[in-house]
Amino acid sequence: MSHAEEKGTRRDFLYVATASTGAVAVGAAVWPLIDQMNASAAVEALSSKEVDISAIDRGTQLTVKWQGKPIFIRRRTEEEIAMGRETALTDLPDPTSQNKNKWALDASDANRTLDEAGEWLVMVGVCTHLGCIPLGDGLGDFGGWFCPCHGSHYDTAGRIRKGPAPLNLLVPVNAFLSDTVVKLG
Amino acid sequence: MSGIPHDKYEPKSKAEKWLHVRLPIVGLIYDTIMIPTPKNLNWMWIWGIVLAFTLVLQIITGVVLAMHYNVGDAFRSVEQIMRDVRYGWLIRYVHMNGASLFFIAVYLHIFRGLYYGSYKSPREVTWIIGMLIYLAMMATGFLGYVLPWGQMSFWGATVITGLFGAIPGIGESVQAWLLGGPAVDTQALNRFFSLHYLLPFVIVALVALHIWAFHTTGNSNPTGVEVRRGSKAEVEKDTLPFWPYFVIKDLYALVVVLVVFAAVVGFMPNFLGEPDNYILANPLVTPPEIVPEWYYLPFYAILRAFTDDVWAVQFAGFISGGIIDAKFFGVIAMFGSIFVMALAPWLDTSKTRSGRYRPAFRFFFWILAFDFMFLMWLGSRPAEEPYSSLALVGSAYWFGYFLVILPLLGLFETPKAPPETIEADFDSHYPPKPAE
Repeated sequence: MSHAEEKGTRRDFLYVATASTGAVAVGAAVWPLIDQMNASAAVEALSSKEVDISAIDRGTQLTVKWQGKPIFIRRRTEEEIAMGRETALTDLPDPTSQNKNKWALDASDANRTLDEAGEWLVMVGVCTHLGCIPLGDGLGDFGGWFCPCHGSHYDTAGRIRKGPAPLNLLVPVNAFLSDTVVKLG
Repeated sequence: MSGIPHDKYEPKSKAEKWLHVRLPIVGLIYDTIMIPTPKNLNWMWIWGIVLAFTLVLQIITGVVLAMHYNVGDAFRSVEQIMRDVRYGWLIRYVHMNGASLFFIAVYLHIFRGLYYGSYKSPREVTWIIGMLIYLAMMATGFLGYVLPWGQMSFWGATVITGLFGAIPGIGESVQAWLLGGPAVDTQALNRFFSLHYLLPFVIVALVALHIWAFHTTGNSNPTGVEVRRGSKAEVEKDTLPFWPYFVIKDLYALVVVLVVFAAVVGFMPNFLGEPDNYILANPLVTPPEIVPEWYYLPFYAILRAFTDDVWAVQFAGFISGGIIDAKFFGVIAMFGSIFVMALAPWLDTSKTRSGRYRPAFRFFFWILAFDFMFLMWLGSRPAEEPYSSLALVGSAYWFGYFLVILPLLGLFETPKAPPETIEADFDSHYPPKPAE
């Protein structure tokens, strides 16, 4: 093609122009086929939820379904709070708070809970390994949650302590609307 | 089909000639089923036919089940198939256990290839396409297992799509894209059904390529010695046409296999399944143990084996600056375990093809076969000691076999001499009768 032609011929230009236009057209045609698989408007519309927490006693938890996932709302006992606060940060495999309300903080107990006193702990009840639901009520080696699928142990603040899960249980965006209502999302 | 010289199709009647000029399809079929096949093939060469039969069986029963399945009310519609649809119970049980038959046959087929060195040059492409078929089978089996929408369906889907969530950075959005939402729900089920219907036809296409590839190179055989191709007379000393000799042999084997299959379908149809899958999917309750179908267990064991305290995981985390964590490492290991198997043609340095003439190789091969069963057993155990450590040992051997043993063995072992020709091997088993 390029004999004696250093700049490229008119035909070279047409090849490149046609191929580029074709690539853009194919991309434009394929994109809707890919994007249709993302969450539809109906799924996205269910993005927040209000939960009445007045009936939760200390040492128990309420599990509600939000965005297709279970949310653990636990009212912790003094003992659980103490256990969470006494844990040294160096003992935590995941040193970040994983709290969407307090991002990029260390994983100390106070950075995980909803209130200053550390009584309320709201978390997505999905194991950060492969998405099973950890079993609660003081299970596992650290008095918190235990995931039966692949043996991950979480402590009383929902922080990963042992097993294959890489991260602490996620704390979703949530806030008190009043003393008895928590808003998720 | 090129390859071994043999009699090609010659149209005889006027109608045949008319069609042959316009579309040589009869010739294609004739040349395919008349392919010269090494006459020393043993009983481990029957699994191809069993697999082809099972693929057709699964497609037919699957198409019929799709006539009664309802994605919007999945769990109940499956129960209706079992109770109300005429012969629905039979068709579903055949389809369900057909998946197990498919995987038993494919594992025997793959291990036959590993033992007799069928993957070696010039059959690498056949081997790679086979691995792609195997991956497509795993995907199809997984998607199909989700459809009844029981507890294991739901939680299996959650765990498996969670594998994609383990990809650093983009994992979460990839998972949401696959599921069409933040968690497994009906929109995920709907697309799984669509893809479960599609993939078997992709497998059909891949099988056509698989057959085309090994018809081009000719079949492998237990000696690993190639068919002599100097002349048609030479070829005829080493081979017999596929039809009728091998077709009849394969059909006989198929009948034996199907007798066992029918017994399983008739008398113990749920033996290989999980009772939890007869409980409606519940996103708020994880079953006490999530166990995949038996055919995924070896790879499930590899997935779980790599936890934070394994040095290889810590090393990978260190050199990647923390991007590769235990979770992602496990996913890489699981897919890697199939990838290293696909690389076998290049990792095996031995000039001798068949394991029959490699005593040292045989020793390691049988450990690999045992390792596979061992990992399968470990995959069904809970994730706790001593199973976790044993799974690590099993995974290490799996990778060690392909990445260390196969390359080194070819350099150090002394193989026995294979027979000169396929004819010689055949005659040593079945001495020719003296001419009368």
